[in-house]
Amino acid sequence: MFENLKILFHQGKQFIPNVTTAKVPGIFRGRPVISRAETDVEALVEICPVDAISAAPVSIDLGKCTFCGECARAFPEKISFTQDYKISTNIRERLVVQEGDDRPIEVDPAKVREEIHRILGRSLKLRQVSAAGDNSCEWELNAANNVQFDMSRFGIDFVASPRHADGIVITGPISRNMAEPLQLCYDATPDPKMVVLVGTDAISGGIFAGSPALDRSFLDKYPIDLYIPGNPAHPLTIINGLLDLTRKRKGK
Amino acid sequence: MRYIVISNNQTIPVAEIPVLAYGDFFELNTGLVAGHPERHCVNYFGYPVGEKIKLFCCIADDNTHQILISSCLVGRSDELAAFSGKVLSFEKFEREIHENFGITFSGHPWLKPVRYPCNRADQSQEIANYPFWKIDSEELHEVGVGPIHAGIIEPGHFRFICNGEQILHLEIQLGFQHRGVEPLFLEKKKLLQRTILAESIAGDTVVGHTVAFAQLWESLCGFKPVEDIDFARTLALELERIAIHTGDLSAVCTDIAYQLGSAVFGRLRTPIINYMQEWGGNRLGKGLVRPGRNQFPFTRTLADRLREVLDLYEPDFEEMNHKLFRLPSALSRFERTGTVSYEDLLSIGAVGMAARMNNLNRDIRASHPYAFYPALKHEPVVKHHGDVYSRVQIRKEEIRQSIGYIREMIGHVPAIAGSGKLNEEPRPDSFTLSLVEGWRGEICHCAMTGPTGELVLYKVKDPSFHNWLALALAVRNNEISDFPICNKSFNLSYCGHDL
Repeated sequence: MFENLKILFHQGKQFIPNVTTAKVPGIFRGRPVISRAETDVEALVEICPVDAISAAPVSIDLGKCTFCGECARAFPEKISFTQDYKISTNIRERLVVQEGDDRPIEVDPAKVREEIHRILGRSLKLRQVSAAGDNSCEWELNAANNVQFDMSRFGIDFVASPRHADGIVITGPISRNMAEPLQLCYDATPDPKMVVLVGTDAISGGIFAGSPALDRSFLDKYPIDLYIPGNPAHPLTIINGLLDLTRKRKGK
Repeated sequence: MRYIVISNNQTIPVAEIPVLAYGDFFELNTGLVAGHPERHCVNYFGYPVGEKIKLFCCIADDNTHQILISSCLVGRSDELAAFSGKVLSFEKFEREIHENFGITFSGHPWLKPVRYPCNRADQSQEIANYPFWKIDSEELHEVGVGPIHAGIIEPGHFRFICNGEQILHLEIQLGFQHRGVEPLFLEKKKLLQRTILAESIAGDTVVGHTVAFAQLWESLCGFKPVEDIDFARTLALELERIAIHTGDLSAVCTDIAYQLGSAVFGRLRTPIINYMQEWGGNRLGKGLVRPGRNQFPFTRTLADRLREVLDLYEPDFEEMNHKLFRLPSALSRFERTGTVSYEDLLSIGAVGMAARMNNLNRDIRASHPYAFYPALKHEPVVKHHGDVYSRVQIRKEEIRQSIGYIREMIGHVPAIAGSGKLNEEPRPDSFTLSLVEGWRGEICHCAMTGPTGELVLYKVKDPSFHNWLALALAVRNNEISDFPICNKSFNLSYCGHDL
C-alpha cells in the first residue's frame, strides 16, 4: 500500500490541464503557412511525394499531405510548418491551405448535422475501425486516452461494439480486404451515426492512393462528419477535432 | 559454388547468384538449415521471368555473419517437392510463393492463402472464404474473433477451437491490412515516395523499416554512409525499442487488470516519443531517416536533452519494475502462461524477441551487425522459459540495455560530416539484401534492379511473418481468458505481415 502511494506520488501531475492551449514540444509539423515569396513553383510541386501541392495559387492539401516536411526543407522561404495542431475540420475544402493564408483551420458549426449537437454533444461513444491503417493513427488514438491526454474526461470514449457506438472512426486507406468488415460495422451502428476519418491515409489514401489493393467506395456512400489530418494525427489534433465537432456552436 | 556468400547490405550482380536445378536447390537449402539452429532462412521468394519463375533463397548464418544466396528457375506447373516436407520453417515462404504464382509444392502441410494480395495468382480465392482447420465434435466449440477487435487495434481474425475454457487450437487469419506495398515500391518512382512507403509498412516500426530501406538503397547506389548517419540511425532504433517496449509493458499490465502498472508504463512512453518529436518532428519517427543524408543531425544539445529525459525516465521505470516483478498476482498470470518450446520455435523459424524468449539466440544486431552496432558489441538478452514472463522480462532488460547503449553513444557525439551526394540511379542488374533488428526482431528487405538500374523487385519481410505462428502455438492448452495477455506479450504486426 505504502509502496503504491509512493509510486503514485512520484508520477506527479501527468495530465494536460488544458488540451486546447497546450504546447507541443520540439519541432512539430502542424498547419503549414505558405508565403507569397517568388519561387520555382514547378520544382515545389514536383517535390511532394503525394501530389498534395498545387500551383496557381500555391496550396497544400492537408488531406493528402504526409507531413514529411520536405517542401519546407527545400523551400524554407515559401513554406513553413507551424506548431498549430488544431487542424481538424468538417469541411474537406478547409484542409487546403493557400498561399498567404495564416488562419486557423476550424470546424464550421453551421454545417454540423443538427442531431450530432442535439444527441451526441455531451457524450460520445465511438467504434474505431482500422482499415489497413499502419498502426500509427491507431497508436495515437490509444494515446488520446492515456493518463496525459485523457480524452474520457470530456465524455468521449471508444467502445468495443458498434452496437454501443454513436459513430465510427476510420483509420487507414481502406483495403479491398477490409471493405466488407467496415461496411458491416457501419451497418451495425445505430442512427444517428457519424463518420470520422483520422489520418492522411484515411482521408485521401496517402502514399497508397491509387493502389489496386484498396477499395475506398465506402467513402462515396456516406457523409463524412470530421476530417482529422496527420501522419499520424497528433492526440491533441484528435481531441480538439472531436470537441469542436460536438461542442462548438454557431456564433460562439 | 552452389551459392554466393554476401554480408549484410552488400550489393552483388544478379548474374553472380548461381542458378541450380531444383533438386540441387532443394538439397542445398534444406541441408543448410536442417540441424543447424545458427542458420535460418531470411527470405525465399519468386520473381517472374517470362513464363517461368525464378526462386531466390537467402539463408543467414549467424556464426559466420554471412548470407548464402542461391536461385532456381522453375515452371509454374512443375512438380516440386516442398522444402517444408524436410524443414518446416520454409512453410510460410512456400505458401506465399504458391499464393503469388500458383506454383504447387508437393508434401507441403497445407498451401493455405497467406494474405490475399491483390495480384494473387488465383483471383477466385476470397478472404471471406478462408479454409479454417476444423474438428468435428459434439463437445468442442469454436470461437471466432475479428477481423475488427474490441480495442483500437488492427484487424485480423482469430478462430479458436476450445474444449470448455481450454484452447485446443488457434488459427490466425491475416490479410485484411493488405495495401500492395511491394508492387507500390516499383510503381512509385521518386526516392522520397519510396522512403515514405517504407515508413508506412508498419507505423510502430517506422525507424526499423526505414533504416532497412535506406541501407539497402544506399548499398544499391554505392553510397557509404558517414559516421553521423549510422550514429543517428542506431540511436533512433534504440529509442524506438525503448518506446514500444515500455508501451508493451503497460499493455500487458492492462490485460491482467493491473491499473497502476498500466498507467505508469503508459505515461513513461510519452517522454520517449515526445523526444523523437523534439528531434525529428514526429512522435513515431516519421521523416527522421532518409537515404543518403542525415535529415536531423544529432547535436550535443540534443544529447544533453536526451540525457535529461533518460535521467527522469529511469527512476520511475525501475520503481515500477520493482513493484511489478514482485507482485504475486501479476507473476501468477505471467509465469507458465503461453509457453512455446525451443524445438517449436526452431521449427517455425521464429525470430527476434519471440525466438530469444526460449534460448533461440537470434538477434541481427549481434549476428549481422550494421550501422553503429559493430562498435557496441551487442550481447542479446536471452530467456529460458518461453512464457509470458520471459517475454515481459526481455522487454524490461532490453530497455535497460538500450538505455545503456544510448548513454554510451551520446558520450561521444560524432561531428556532422558533410556526406557525399547519393547517386540517384542504383546499379543495374544488381541484388541487395538488408537485415535490421527492429524492436520485434529481424526485418529483411531485398531488392533487385534491371538493365537500366530501375527497380524490378522489392521484397519486405517483417518479423511478424514468422512469429504469428508462435502466438498460435503459445495459446494451446491455455485458458481462452489468457489469450489477450499472450497476444499482447508478442505484440505482432498485422500491417507488417499483410503489406
